[in-house]
Amino acid sequence: MAKLHVSTTINGEPQEFLCDAEQSMLDVLRGPLGLTGSKEGCGTGDCGACTITVNGRIVCSCLMLAAEAEGQQIGTIEGMAGEELHPLQQKFLESAALQCGICTPGVLMAAKALLEQNPDPTEHEVRFWLAGNLCRCTGYDKIIRAVMDTAADMRGAAR
Amino acid sequence: MDIQYVAPKTLDEAVRAFAAAAAGSGRILAGGTDLLVQMRNGVVAPGMIVDIKKIGELTAIEETGEGGFRIGAAVSGAVLREHPRLSKVWPGVVEATNLIGSTQIQGRATPGGNLCNGSPAGDSVPAMVAAGAIVIIQGPNGRRELAVEKVPKGPGRLNLEPGEIVVAFTLPPRSKGSSDAYLRMIPRTEMDIAVVGCGVSLTIDKGTCTAARVGLGAVAPTVLLVEEAAKALIGSTLDEAALAKAAAACSAACRPIDDKRGTIAYRTKVAGVLLKRTALIAAERAGGK
Repeated sequence: MAKLHVSTTINGEPQEFLCDAEQSMLDVLRGPLGLTGSKEGCGTGDCGACTITVNGRIVCSCLMLAAEAEGQQIGTIEGMAGEELHPLQQKFLESAALQCGICTPGVLMAAKALLEQNPDPTEHEVRFWLAGNLCRCTGYDKIIRAVMDTAADMRGAAR
Repeated sequence: MDIQYVAPKTLDEAVRAFAAAAAGSGRILAGGTDLLVQMRNGVVAPGMIVDIKKIGELTAIEETGEGGFRIGAAVSGAVLREHPRLSKVWPGVVEATNLIGSTQIQGRATPGGNLCNGSPAGDSVPAMVAAGAIVIIQGPNGRRELAVEKVPKGPGRLNLEPGEIVVAFTLPPRSKGSSDAYLRMIPRTEMDIAVVGCGVSLTIDKGTCTAARVGLGAVAPTVLLVEEAAKALIGSTLDEAALAKAAAACSAACRPIDDKRGTIAYRTKVAGVLLKRTALIAAERAGGK
């Protein structure tokens, strides 16, 4: 059967691709589009390693059909850094808020979305927001602290 | 096998496409958080996927006056939460829907999908039952309405005719002093499936409960409307005796299974405990207790 033709925007750039009806967004990102920053952990929406944004909202790309990207604004971890790393990325490096790194792209995408809508989250809010991002290395504490510290830095920079 | 994907812009087109799919092979895609997992696990192998998120009526929240709302079946939990007034009038419906999964899941998962997945443990369903939600359904033979508690038939099975699509939920107008609440029991704090879920919607007038509805989840093959529990609350001041009677009615309505999440005895007891707590939260929100 003929493939579906999809026109979308990924990290601000127009992008077209062909996919099968049942193919997930994650498969297309990691396969034909070569954007391997999004990881497949569970494939069932439990771990958050495949987190991307669709029109600014975080979703698990393993639970989205690639065909659904038609006309949408997609954001992936590859679009997070500009000329310099995003403050969250820099803070994660400085505070060793990662070990194996598989969960990190998803955690960063989710944390960025949180800080965009809530620049001053409580620890409780950070923990609940990131409850869909599983990490088997860090025990979460360094991740939570890095997000809180970045939020404080960004608030300071904004003043 | 070849799978077709269509994303129609109108409900009529969606109904036609869904009805045209070879017998039983069509699947409606709303948030996809159940459907894609089921496809991956080989539980379902659709011949056609009908994505309903491009249809305006299915993705809109409308206020119908006096606290009434019409919620499109494909509205995500995140959009429900962000609505400026829905949480004020129907906090129980919103908190129940928002208990489903993580932030990422909330960006996609929908009350329509939660209902049509047919799980007895779907969190939004008992709250919708308590709210007295009416489901608008459209199919090849036109449009009809069904009380939300009449939609589930059993685990994974619905009282929908072939080709019918759930379009929206209608929440009725609210009199003053009304509110609702939803509580669920899970063995951890987040990201789990209800052992028992309880929704209560009520009206308090001068300290007396004048109207109530109770929905119970995860204690029977379908979500239950527990009319005996509501009767025990109505006319009372939600005193301990009335709450105990309503709790007993909830426990009596339970026909649960034993599984790794909870035993029959445990679920039956917890159903009563949750009723008391949920009713008091709803009453406090209504300003009456």
